[in-house]
Amino acid sequence: MKKNTKINLLLLLAVVALAVLPLALGLGDHKKEPFTGADGEAETAITEIEPDYKPWFSPLYEPPSGEIESALFSLQAALGAGVLAYYFGLRRGRRQGERQARERDAEESTAERA
Amino acid sequence: MHIAEGFLPPAHAVAWGVASAPFVVHGVRALTREVREHPESTLLLGASGAFTFVLSALKLPSVTGSCSHPTGTGLGAILFRPPIMAVLGTITLLFQALLLAHGGLTTLGANVFSMAIVGPWAGYAVYKLLRRYDVPLMVAVFFGAFFADLSTYCVTSVQLALAFPDPGSGFVGALGKFGTIFAVTQIPLAVSEGLLTVLVMRLLVQSSKGELTRLGVLLAKKQSVTETEVAAR
Repeated sequence: MKKNTKINLLLLLAVVALAVLPLALGLGDHKKEPFTGADGEAETAITEIEPDYKPWFSPLYEPPSGEIESALFSLQAALGAGVLAYYFGLRRGRRQGERQARERDAEESTAERA
Repeated sequence: MHIAEGFLPPAHAVAWGVASAPFVVHGVRALTREVREHPESTLLLGASGAFTFVLSALKLPSVTGSCSHPTGTGLGAILFRPPIMAVLGTITLLFQALLLAHGGLTTLGANVFSMAIVGPWAGYAVYKLLRRYDVPLMVAVFFGAFFADLSTYCVTSVQLALAFPDPGSGFVGALGKFGTIFAVTQIPLAVSEGLLTVLVMRLLVQSSKGELTRLGVLLAKKQSVTETEVAAR
């Protein structure tokens, strides 16, 4: 494996480790509901500080279930990942095309000389 | 991470909206100028926006036993400067507010201010400062992305503490409360975001040298002295 690829894989591995460790070490065990969203916890904290506070506006559209919500979140990630993959694929293809064109030119010029 | 719909009192919601608007307008101008003058950068602009899209959809577990997500704004801020990220970040926030009931329209101004304005500027400032002292590119990129991410959540904590000061301990007490929820949770995620941004930047260095040189991220070989001067401005 090339050194560059190795470093890239190590970076990914470190990110995976950072995500898995809190789960593996059971860092959410002290909570009634482990690993809920921080934004939800903030809502709870607000109602603790100001018990009378009522949100004065509700979302125009709310995903009807957790499943639909996670589908939409995946859609968001998939859209982004798709564009990123397109970008890097295009770049790679262009570089390969340029290299092939150069090699062809070099071959042709040696063939002409012969 | 974002402040949920309706969870900022109207006066605060309006004030943050007014504070954010000029940055976004200025960003739209910067974005159209960039696309008009350098049509070839459209693709990389799209990729920067896409990075924000992916990262802000990734809810990750953290050491505090709760989940939050990175922001992905550091990369675009380093590549295209922060004003353009004000636009790309706002688009991401709008998508989440309208389709996912995550964040909200009344809190959009406040969320734009933290994620699309302060985050990118903080990350960019750290990146530039480190580069000026000849810190290696990838180290500067890591800390730029790290601080873009973390500062966003610090601002969110301040925004909530301003709106909901603790009856006993006041603003400081509330800041401690919201800071624990948001900022502490975010530290390991900011490390993850830093590592992922370094990964993407490494791929960009391999694939898009010309583009990175034009944007001043990589130095042109012979004119390195003048380039540094240009970058320092």
